[in-house]
Parts: sequence; C-alpha cells; structure tokens
Amino acid sequence: MITQNLGKAIRNLGARGIETIWRGGAMARFFWLVLTQSGMSFRRIGLSIREIYFSGVMSLVIIMVSGLFIGMVLGLQGFETLQKYGAEETMGVLVALSLVRELGPVVTALLFASRAGSAITAEIGLMKATEQLKAMDMMAVDPIARVVAPRFWAGVVSMPLLAALFSSMGIFGGYIVGTVLVGIDSGVFWSNMQAAVDFRYDVMSGIVKSIVFGIAISVIATFEGFDAEPTAEGVSRATTRTVVTSALTVLALDLMLTGFMLRSL
Amino acid sequence: MSTLPDSPLVEIENVDFAYGKRAILKGISLTVPRGKVVAIMGGSGCGKTTLLRLIGGQLIASKGSVRVNDQDVASLDREGMYQMRRKMGMLFQFGALFTDMNVFDNIAFQLREHADLPEDMIRDLVLMKLNAVGLRGTAKLFPSELSGGMARRVALARAAVLDPTLIMYDEPFAGLDPISLAVVGQTIRKLNDALGATSIVVTHDVVESLQIVDYLYFISDGKIVGQGTPDEIRASTEPYVKQFVHAEMDGPVPFHYPAKNYAVDLNLSASTSLKKSVS
Repeated sequence: MITQNLGKAIRNLGARGIETIWRGGAMARFFWLVLTQSGMSFRRIGLSIREIYFSGVMSLVIIMVSGLFIGMVLGLQGFETLQKYGAEETMGVLVALSLVRELGPVVTALLFASRAGSAITAEIGLMKATEQLKAMDMMAVDPIARVVAPRFWAGVVSMPLLAALFSSMGIFGGYIVGTVLVGIDSGVFWSNMQAAVDFRYDVMSGIVKSIVFGIAISVIATFEGFDAEPTAEGVSRATTRTVVTSALTVLALDLMLTGFMLRSL
Repeated sequence: MSTLPDSPLVEIENVDFAYGKRAILKGISLTVPRGKVVAIMGGSGCGKTTLLRLIGGQLIASKGSVRVNDQDVASLDREGMYQMRRKMGMLFQFGALFTDMNVFDNIAFQLREHADLPEDMIRDLVLMKLNAVGLRGTAKLFPSELSGGMARRVALARAAVLDPTLIMYDEPFAGLDPISLAVVGQTIRKLNDALGATSIVVTHDVVESLQIVDYLYFISDGKIVGQGTPDEIRASTEPYVKQFVHAEMDGPVPFHYPAKNYAVDLNLSASTSLKKSVS
C-alpha cells in the first residue's frame, strides 16, 4: 500500500515536472511567434494604441493611488528609523532609492499582472472559447498578429511608464509626509535626493527592470489566454495561472536582475 | 440514386481523421459540385464539424486527400492556405461574432483587413449585406444586444461579405425558433444563388434541409451511410437514413449508449427473472 502510494506520488511529481517544462517550451515558441508576427502592431499603430489604453490608461488609478500610499508609508517608516540616528533629512533619499530601484518596478509589475494581465488572459481565453479566434483564422487573419501581438506590445510599453508614474507618486507621497507631517525642510528633502540618486545606476536599473517585467507579464498573460481550455472553468484557471506565474516570475527575475546590477556597480 | 453532374468544387477522397486514438472519420469520400447547396447530416459527434475543419484547412487529414478548387489543402503553406480561405466564408455554430465590435465593424472586419477600400465604400458594402439578411437597423448594436437568430444572420452576412466561392455553415439552425429557422434557411439558399457560390451545410435538422438543399450526405460512425437528392432521401429505405429522416427512436442508431447490463448496474443480479426481463 505504502509503496503503491509512493509510486503514485513520484509519478505525479514526474508528470508535473514534464508538464512544467513542456509549458515553458511552448511559451518560448509562442514568444518567438509573437515577435515574428509583430509587423501589424507597428504598421497599424492604432491597434496597439487601443490596447495601451486598455492595459495602461485603465491601470492608472490603481497604480497612482498605490504609489502615493506606499511612498507615504515609506516616509513614515523611514523617519521612525532615521531619526534614531539623527539622519531624518535623508528621508527623501531613502524613499526615492527604494522606489526607483526596487518597489517601483516590482510593485507596479505585481499590480499590472493582477489588473491588466488577468484581463488580457480572460479576454483572449473567452475569444478562444467562443470560437472568435478560429473564425478570425478562417477569415485569413492571423490571430497572433491581430489579437496577441498588439496586446503584447501594449504591455511592454505600458509597464515602464506605469512604473515611472508609480515611483513619482511615491516620491510625492514621501514629500508630503516629510514636509507636512514631519516638518523636514523641502529644500533639504529635494537636494539630498538629487545628490544621492544616480541616473545611470538607479533610474536606469529601474527602467530596465520594468521593461523586462513588462515583457514577462505580457508573454505570460497572452500565452495563458491563447492556451486556455475553451471552457468557463478553463478560462478561470488560466486567469489565476497568469497572476500566480507572473508574480513568481517577476520576483525571481527581480532577484536575478538585482544580482547582476549590484555586481556591475 | 443519381450522380452529381457538375465538376466538383470540393473533393474528399478516402479521408481518415482521429483525435488522438479516437477515430472520427474512417475512409470518407464525398464531392461538392459548384453552385449547389449540399447538406452533410448525421447525429451529434459523428464528425460533421471535423469535415468542415478539414475543408477549411484548420485540421489536416491523417490519410486521404481534401481538394478545394483543384488544390490539395494539406500541401498548402500558410500563405497559400490564407489565399484559399479568402475565397471561403464560414458560419460558426454560435456565430462567433467579435464581441468587442458592433455589428457594422464585425461585417466590415474582412473588408478592412483584406481590401484597401475607402471607408465610404466599406459602409455601402456592409449596409448592403446587412440589408440582405434584413438587419440593416442593427448596424450600431453590439453582439450581446442581439437575439440568437439575429446573431446567426449577422454572422451569415459576415461570412458572405467578400462574395466567397464556398460558404460553409456549421449547424446554422441549432437552437433557433421556427421563424428564425425558416429565415436563416431561406437566406442560405438565396445567398448561394445570388452570389453564384457553393454551400456546405452541416446540420441535423432534416426538415429544413430537405427544403433548401440540392443534395444530402448522411454520416454515421465516420462513414457515408446514405446520399441523394431530397426526393431520393425522402423515399430512401436505407435503415439509417430512414431512422434519421423519420426521427425513429430505435434503429441502426441505438437509443442506449453502450453500457453494462442494466440489472448488474442496479445491483439486482440475484433476481434472475428481472434480469431476464430487462436485459
């Protein structure tokens, strides 16, 4: 009995391993297909702009409000610790560096995956379930070029812009806490920040991260939608997978990218 | 039984197709002559839709050949396949209208994708097609605002927008009320004759099909089990065709899905008399 159960468990583990590797391979091929079929997204830029509106503009509220709150919390927490060392004037530096290097790209990516990534998966999955993708293919219009690629590029373009907005709102939140609540001189707040934040090492690393996260989330979201089982349950599972896989991928990529970037300092 | 006189637009020869290990089509052969409306009939899951997918090149046969307009579908590359599909229209079972576009944009979709036409001309063409199915007034509505029958007619107009030489209909009558059903049936016939197209209607609606089509094929268990003109089909003594046309409960198509002995299923194996009476 125990041997049987153990055998079953090992078999399940093996099957899941093979399934994961298979999906990774399928996603890589899908990514390549999207890249090769991207011509239409640039030739008919209106298609991509429409998707930037749905993915990017519609995510503005959640990104800006979250950024503001996180900046304010960072300000409060930072002040609490910094004042013990008499260094509360450097609060602006703490807020700006945390946001620009790490929190901006990472939290934006997590929010973007939940807000826009899940919507992209659900939309493409439902189009598949209602045979709209097959109908398009029968009309001699490639669904990857017409439906997937514009959504992919919209995600890639939107992510860094949203991350920049998130960081800006966060810094503004930190500024409000620092100058209004805590009473730090606004000139000191800004000049310390300006002196400590380096464009090449801090801002650029944030931009690179957010572009990489944008590519990862867009590939995952479009692939999961395209690969969804064409049923209500299949689409719901695909949507969940998008959020979970995106979150884990973003965090893993962040660790790798941070490692590379700190080494190059 | 009459033979079809015209040169065929679609020729299917000895085709096998299976989903994994489940064989769907087993050595099927049929022809669809130009200018005619041909029905492919059979029970649910007998491979009718698969046959349409093979003709459209969305599936490739594991054996045999599918030829459309003298081209072997399996040998076409992507570009060739898309060239072929531009001359085809297909009505999907539930319409498959694009839900993020209104009726007008749904019908204009192919014109905008494939033909470099001025917007004025697109507008005229779309309104003409919508008028042909009696739904010009719905141009600004979204698919979610249409009834099932209206959505089917919009999809019909969309399938015919590029004046295709071959129009395929997948279950065009499923789930329609009698009036919508007659309207869709008549529209299929009129559209075919007006465009000089060829139509393949996959359906299990015998009554409507017998009124509008020129020729019928019956599929069962992956094979052709009967064919003929509507008159020949009405008079047919072929057991499957007879059961299908006259909607008889039992015949070559059994009422029961294969199952183990009824008495065993009910745990009544001890009662031998009952077992005998029900098995």
